[in-house]
Amino acid sequence: MNQNLYFEDIKEGMEIPTIKKNPTTQQLVKYAGASGDFYQIHYDMDYAKNNGLPGVILHGALKNAFLGQVITDWIGNSGKLKMLEVQYKGMDLPGTPVYAKGIVTDIIDENNINCDLWLETDKGDKTTVGKAIIQLPKK
Amino acid sequence: MSESNTIPKSLQEAIGTESKKLSNDIEKGAIRRFAEAIEDNNPLYVDENYAKSLGYRNVIAPPTFLRSVQTDPLPDHIKSPYSAVVDGGSVWEYFSPVCAGDIITTITTFENVFDRDGRLGNMIFLIKTTRYTNQLSELVATQTTTSITYEPKKEN
Repeated sequence: MNQNLYFEDIKEGMEIPTIKKNPTTQQLVKYAGASGDFYQIHYDMDYAKNNGLPGVILHGALKNAFLGQVITDWIGNSGKLKMLEVQYKGMDLPGTPVYAKGIVTDIIDENNINCDLWLETDKGDKTTVGKAIIQLPKK
Repeated sequence: MSESNTIPKSLQEAIGTESKKLSNDIEKGAIRRFAEAIEDNNPLYVDENYAKSLGYRNVIAPPTFLRSVQTDPLPDHIKSPYSAVVDGGSVWEYFSPVCAGDIITTITTFENVFDRDGRLGNMIFLIKTTRYTNQLSELVATQTTTSITYEPKKEN
């Protein structure tokens, strides 16, 4: 597990460690079951194609979970996630890795640290963007 | 610009409407399955002893786990006249951890409706907030979601 992160460890402009996710069709089925979101565009290829999609696509809320994990992996057990915002800019398909990334944008105080987050493909497309506000302990 | 008339008056007047409350038992196995589904191997989500050693009542839920918790739907008349909908994203606010064994009560409020012209033609935005409260009457989280609705263009 990661070490605890402290307020003194961060500065504006610093990058949050990237996490790589490798979504598969199996993961989409598991997420459908775990979340209760059974919209067929996430697991039924014919249904997805009949709705004008290139194939089954990732649940938006699964991508939201990836943005949550990039923060919680980074802040460890001492930090707190206070706000997590997500907006979907493009579709992601299973079989295509995505990288959850972030940057510290604005430090107001130890209770209000603003970050930008996003999911990026190998081609550099940002398919999902978001923001987080975190709180960190002082040493 | 002139005032929009694409939003039905009944929808405009429904702002502030609340759903019924719904109680959910937060099961340890449901948290584990959710963590496995998002492929997040944080021990806080599966290892009860570890979570307790850090002062939690039990394993805690990942930030977006509450998405899997049931909410009572808003009344049927609170819907867009347009047939197509895309997820416009959401904002979570977190106040207290959610632990296995908790009882989480949800209530959803229809917050706002507005329209905008864009790539998809006229779009109606529906804003809803779900409030999640635990058995200690603590507000643990809120999620505000945006649904973007539009009328698909007919092909010639």
